[in-house]
Amino acid sequence: MNRTAIDLWVGIFVTIGLAAIVFLALKVGNLASLNTVPSYRLEARFDNIGGLKLRAPVKAAGVVVGRVDRIRLDPKTYEAVVALKIDNGYQFTKDSIASILTSGLLGEVYIGLDAGGDTVMLADGAMIAKTQSAVVLEKLIGQFLFDKASSGGGK
Amino acid sequence: MPAEAFANGLRRVGAGAINAISRLGFAARFFAVVLVHSPDAFRRTSLTLREIYFAGVLSLVIIMVSGLFVGMVLGLQGYDSLNKYGAGDSLGVFVGLSLVRELGPVVAGLLFASRAGSAITAEIGLMKTTEQLAAMEMMAVDPLARIVAPRFWGGVISMPLLAALFSVMGVFGAYLVGVRLIGLDSGAFWGNMRAAISFWPDVTNGIIKSVVFGVAVSLIAVFEGYDAKPTAEGVSSATTRTVVGASLAILALDFILTVFMFRGIGG
Repeated sequence: MNRTAIDLWVGIFVTIGLAAIVFLALKVGNLASLNTVPSYRLEARFDNIGGLKLRAPVKAAGVVVGRVDRIRLDPKTYEAVVALKIDNGYQFTKDSIASILTSGLLGEVYIGLDAGGDTVMLADGAMIAKTQSAVVLEKLIGQFLFDKASSGGGK
Repeated sequence: MPAEAFANGLRRVGAGAINAISRLGFAARFFAVVLVHSPDAFRRTSLTLREIYFAGVLSLVIIMVSGLFVGMVLGLQGYDSLNKYGAGDSLGVFVGLSLVRELGPVVAGLLFASRAGSAITAEIGLMKTTEQLAAMEMMAVDPLARIVAPRFWGGVISMPLLAALFSVMGVFGAYLVGVRLIGLDSGAFWGNMRAAISFWPDVTNGIIKSVVFGVAVSLIAVFEGYDAKPTAEGVSSATTRTVVGASLAILALDFILTVFMFRGIGG
């Protein structure tokens, strides 16, 4: 095996190896949809965030417009404070409603943003005033059973 | 005398422990010396390129074929399990995550240790046995710079590339089985995968793992070869020690790295 043949093979090897890393980054991972887009921050307070996770999508009309950046608990009010990173290309009205939703029965938990009719837009760092907490299945079943029992007792 | 036998047993344990620790210390010093001689490996690039050829290019076939088959099996088994919960569409997520985070670096590392690590140990060990290393020193050529450092760096450079190729072939194998054979929707396969796997931390942690495994396997291979007893038996047992030691090192390091990397996810 002479020198130029080795150089050629190593060149081929390194090229397809690097191509594999790029493939993992762009096709398997979602590097393209992260970091590259400039974004601004919004905050929202929820009584209960259910199974919301970091980096969960923020969707408006089903379109991903941002990601959940940080989740913390307000120690005074015991509300969950969720910081959202929204792409700069999307602006939302001041009376937008943020709600925690689930896609399908076992699907991922995401935040849905519904824009209102206000003319003023939410600025960077603003707080979304109207929120709707996650629906906790156990509470829902408990409520249903309670209603059932009380209506049954009335008969 | 039972007390005498007991003391002898203890003595044997103690000698074994001292021997293991001094070998570990020798390996650590050897690592430092190899790093000191590394600039030579990059100054004479043709030597390192030759080692990348032997360690990396010649491992391509086994790595890519193994990756393809591991991916296809993951596709079949994963679909079977996921479909019980009606989550067959998540096959891409399952396969992608397991390959990128774990199987890619670990299985490629194990294959690399047995395919390239053993060859490096046997080559250096045989050079020592046939006194080629001693002859080099006589000619004022430092075998650490000329023989050991290029092999070490050839392995370290090849390993992450091989692991990435393994993962890509695995994902492709799962795509063949999931989409072409079982008939999942191709958009759901890729879309769910991309939604659930992020470059940071999933892909980058896999790359970090493969670099660490590359350093561990290459170091063990060159060290065992350099430290081999200069006999036929010594070279053969050094080769065995490389494969066993490197495989165990990969699995142990993988556990340690995983504990640090993925403990905080989802919080």
